[in-house]
Amino acid sequence: MSAPQEQGQAHGIEIRNLYKIFGPDAARHLPAVKAGLGKEELHDRHDHVLGLCDISLSVPPGRITVVMGLSGSGKSTLIRHVNGLIAPTAGQVICGGQDVAAMSDVRLRAFRREKTAMVFQKFALLPHRTVLENARYGLDIRGLPAAEADGRARRWIERVGLKGYEGYYPRQLSGGMQQRVGLARALTNDAEILLMDEAFSALDPLIRVDMQSILLELQKELRKTIVFITHDLDEALRLGDKIAILRDGAMEQVGTGQEIVLRPANAYVADFVREVNRGRIIEAQTIATPAAPGAALPGFTVKARSKLDRVAQRMVEAGAGAAQVRDPQGQLLGVIDLPAILNAMVNSADAESEE
Amino acid sequence: MDLIRFPEMSRGELRALRQTVDGAFREFTRIWGDPLENLFAPLARLLTFLENLLIDSPWILVLAVLAAGIWLASRSWKIALGSVLALLVVGYLGMWEDTMRTIAMVAVCTLVAVVLGIPVGILMAQSNRMNAVVTPVLDMMQTMPSFVYLIPVVMIFGLGKVPGVIAVVIYAIPPVIRLTNLGIRHVAPDVLEAAEAFGSSKWQKLRDVQLPLALPTIMAGVNQTIMMSLAMVVVASMIGVRGLGQPVLQAINNQYFTMGVMNGLAIVAIAIIMDRTTQAYGRRLQKHAEAGK
Ligand SMILES: Nc1ncnc2c1ncn2[C@@H]1O[C@H](COP(=O)(O)OP(=O)(O)OP(=O)(O)O)[C@@H](O)[C@H]1O
Ligand SMILES: [Mg+2]
Repeated sequence: MSAPQEQGQAHGIEIRNLYKIFGPDAARHLPAVKAGLGKEELHDRHDHVLGLCDISLSVPPGRITVVMGLSGSGKSTLIRHVNGLIAPTAGQVICGGQDVAAMSDVRLRAFRREKTAMVFQKFALLPHRTVLENARYGLDIRGLPAAEADGRARRWIERVGLKGYEGYYPRQLSGGMQQRVGLARALTNDAEILLMDEAFSALDPLIRVDMQSILLELQKELRKTIVFITHDLDEALRLGDKIAILRDGAMEQVGTGQEIVLRPANAYVADFVREVNRGRIIEAQTIATPAAPGAALPGFTVKARSKLDRVAQRMVEAGAGAAQVRDPQGQLLGVIDLPAILNAMVNSADAESEE
Repeated sequence: MDLIRFPEMSRGELRALRQTVDGAFREFTRIWGDPLENLFAPLARLLTFLENLLIDSPWILVLAVLAAGIWLASRSWKIALGSVLALLVVGYLGMWEDTMRTIAMVAVCTLVAVVLGIPVGILMAQSNRMNAVVTPVLDMMQTMPSFVYLIPVVMIFGLGKVPGVIAVVIYAIPPVIRLTNLGIRHVAPDVLEAAEAFGSSKWQKLRDVQLPLALPTIMAGVNQTIMMSLAMVVVASMIGVRGLGQPVLQAINNQYFTMGVMNGLAIVAIAIIMDRTTQAYGRRLQKHAEAGK
């Protein structure tokens, strides 16, 4: 089923029916798990840990896919399957027409060197190497000439805002700066797949938002296939073109941020998204209703992809009670009014519990 | 049945057992003695060469080279100057030649211990089975009274330098092996995972991550090995290794108090010089660990 890949185009990743059971006798317990044995029973009765259970996920090329879940839900386990750091008990991870899980050691090493790069929660920099030497680490492993590796590493160090720190050792830098080095190391590798396991979770909130901005800024031009792990919904919504929610090793819901906020698939996801500021997530086009035929259009216009809190602010400032929604081509998508906006911004579940 | 007396083998049986083993070993010595001696001949030549070099060169030149070496390793004027002073005093008290012999001996033993010990330590770190096999051997090497393994060594090689080196290395090699193993095993797993994620081969992981990060620990092992080889010089002198150990031995036999103390202090002086130098070198290897600009 491997479609021929066009040269030079970023690959997506297809994860198909992935199972991971931790323990000495994983394969033996697979049938029971497939038949519905839960994580707790597996642990209590057989002393094996269910890491992932029947995960299928398609990671689109050139986009940021966020995997979200609470601690222990299997996020790290999942992302480590993408570059083969963990081998699945069953299932496939297809990238560029090849199953990562089935690669030989040599192929897998080449795949990691050329196609992937990873950023880690605890930075995992090499303490005995300087910032520059850390950034060129991936290229050193590939055996690139030192001069070229240096040049490429310097470029990315500058891009992440660390120019002037090339000769420092990691221990001399703050956490935020260390993770910039981690990012520079991954980007210097110039791979199309970027794996980020809670890359910003160890940073304090302001630095964290900074790093998110850097990532989004870079992604605009790089268009890498990024898998980003987080347990933070705000981060997920800000970064994710696509969001997958994991719980106890199983996939609860996959969709865009808006889909997940507006239509949580179950109570678990609903709990997750309860506290979120919906006005910052939902776009005008999402709640626009078709203009009644023949009726006069409101004088005020808003962009289709504007978020509701911005729309409401601008409408209140302009004294407009309703507005037309138009896409970038100027096409009319519908109309919205302030009551509809307010209604969408208030979480329905919360509103009910207040009564 | 007699419950007081331990039910031991009969005298005759015991004697037969000893004789069989001794006979077999003597046979082994007869057949393998010469090949083994040839195998270790380069070691003897190296030791003799180094000894002669240190003794036959002008003393001032030797002192200058030693001082330069100590400074290069430690980058500390205090250590270099202290070493020069100590060596001057030792030389003035008539122990220059013996001191040079002992330094040569310790240098060769340390070299052999490092060349053999680090690879063994690496293998132990890579494989739990290797670890399980080698650890009891190391325990035995460290606790077995050295006189016991001197017997077969002397039976094979006779008296002289080579059996001395072998005995010293057996006694002094465990710390390098243990601490190489320990240092590699203690490398942070997240850094190793990063190396793996960027596609390192096993050898690249060892070269770029494990060995550099374990180096301070390995150096601590080398330091201990040096100290332990120095502690063995008196024992080694009993099987014909010349150096500061021999006068000590002589002093014990004849109750020459001053002679014993002087040579003993010379050994201490070399020990302190080597200890401070290798420790300073070890700290220098960790310069990345020291924060601040
Ligand atoms: N090597 C392993 N052996 C046994 N169990 C493991 C192993 N690695 C992970 N697990 C288990 O698998 C489950 C998922 O772990 P994982 O590290 O993927 O969670 P996570 O979502 O990344 O959590 P966190 O947010 O704390 O990093 C946990 O129950 C964990 O205990
Ligand atoms: Mg994790």
